[in-house]
Amino acid sequence: MTRNRAIVLARIGVVAGAVVLVEVLCRLGVINPLTLVAPSRMVFDLAGILASGDINRDIAYTATTIATALVLSVVLGIVLGVAVHALPRVRRALDPLLASYYSVPSFIFYPLFVAIFGLNTFPLIVLGMAFAVPAMMMSTMAGLDRIPRVLLKTARVHRLNRWETATRIVLPSATPYLFTGLKLAIAYAFIGVIAGEFIMASAGLGHSIAFAYEGFDNHTMYALMLFVLVVVTVMNMSLHAWEGRLMRRRIRA
Amino acid sequence: MAVVHNLAAARGVPPAPVATLRGVTRVYDGERRVEALGPIDLDLAEGEFFAVVGPSGCGKSTLLDVLSGLSRPTSGSITFEGRPVEGEVPDGVGVVFQEDASFAWLTVRDNVAFGLRRAGVDAAEIARRVDYAVGFMGLADFAAAYPAQLSGGMRQRVCIARTLVMRPRLILLDEPFGALDQQTRLLMGDELLRLWRETGATVLLITHALDEAAMLSDRVGVMSARPGRFIDLVETGWPRDRDSRIVSESRFGALTGRLWSNLREESLRAMGSKGAAA
Repeated sequence: MTRNRAIVLARIGVVAGAVVLVEVLCRLGVINPLTLVAPSRMVFDLAGILASGDINRDIAYTATTIATALVLSVVLGIVLGVAVHALPRVRRALDPLLASYYSVPSFIFYPLFVAIFGLNTFPLIVLGMAFAVPAMMMSTMAGLDRIPRVLLKTARVHRLNRWETATRIVLPSATPYLFTGLKLAIAYAFIGVIAGEFIMASAGLGHSIAFAYEGFDNHTMYALMLFVLVVVTVMNMSLHAWEGRLMRRRIRA
Repeated sequence: MAVVHNLAAARGVPPAPVATLRGVTRVYDGERRVEALGPIDLDLAEGEFFAVVGPSGCGKSTLLDVLSGLSRPTSGSITFEGRPVEGEVPDGVGVVFQEDASFAWLTVRDNVAFGLRRAGVDAAEIARRVDYAVGFMGLADFAAAYPAQLSGGMRQRVCIARTLVMRPRLILLDEPFGALDQQTRLLMGDELLRLWRETGATVLLITHALDEAAMLSDRVGVMSARPGRFIDLVETGWPRDRDSRIVSESRFGALTGRLWSNLREESLRAMGSKGAAA
């Protein structure tokens, strides 16, 4: 336990050290304030922006878009994963396509989506889902592949029907893989939506960051960047902690 | 009808077969047609402990699959308590597999309670039966542990306890101690004998260990190389109240010797056919 604590302290130390270093360099004028504002200043600016409520609408817009993309990605990814897993021939045909899919820079299609669907949330949701769906799908298939056959036999010995087998055996057995998919899906949804907003949108955090960038408004830009960074980190760490709690019991002591 | 070696009949009690197999075969049709099993004729008498030994790949596990209803025989018929077994595991049949079949996401207690909850047994009865089974299998101190925290032998006990709580009248075990060391296997054998005596269930044990078969069972079926058929049915004549200490008896050596003399040639054949196939 003390060792774990030391690791956590070291981790915090590294981050805090980096922040302090940047702070000092900014204060000493080594780093030009037009390039980077001091971290303490970012926190101060962010507090001001959040207190003014000016950004609330954009936060809500981006959060809704990401949440929509994420939920759709998880549902669609699991459904497609289960379906393709059940059809080995389709899977053999799809495998090379799925493996090379991530090399497609999906953002180049964004202007096309905007042209087709208009400048609204829909193209952003599609962009958020572009990588999240296959990530969820492949994790689902990996989870289904690794269910020990003996557990499915055990399900039959207990005379479980298909639904019970799916919910009581298959789902819990595949949980570690679904978690991996979920973590990837969250990351991809964030990246897709915020980057899409950055390129072209009428609202949202990405849009606000881009707007500040183009207007040389460093204070707003860095404050919002900090906000995104904090939100993503907190989400990721909570998910990590939840996963750790669930998985601890599965790992051999 | 096939020659039926029945313990109960030998004792002068009218035979009451719990399970019967008549002309059972299993053929796997794939790229290469494989005759895996049979024809098999067998009567399992109520309350008997029957062991199956045979060379590797002779169809022992296939026999368990068709007898339990996990797969359908290609030809022949199987009954359990007078009703045909057809592609579904009948109520009253419990199976323990060689592989670890414990549910990693449930505690020992929840693992053992799994079947009872599924069957809708009321909570007080579940608690009573699970407590008994967990205690019986020596898992009381680990009831709240997860399988990952247990040794292989203890996880297998969890699986046996999970089967035991369902009060099966026929217990099928497919090399349940195959992955365990020799000492643990002997002790687990003792526990299995105790379980068998206390529950009065009929047991069919598949094993590759001749000493295990000779020590545990009332009757041993020796199978031929693939397609597996019974080439000998050996009555051990042990008293019902027995344990692993009988390995020091001279009759134990004679029994193991008889099983091996039957099996030696079949094992050589099985190895030869494997060599030819490679």
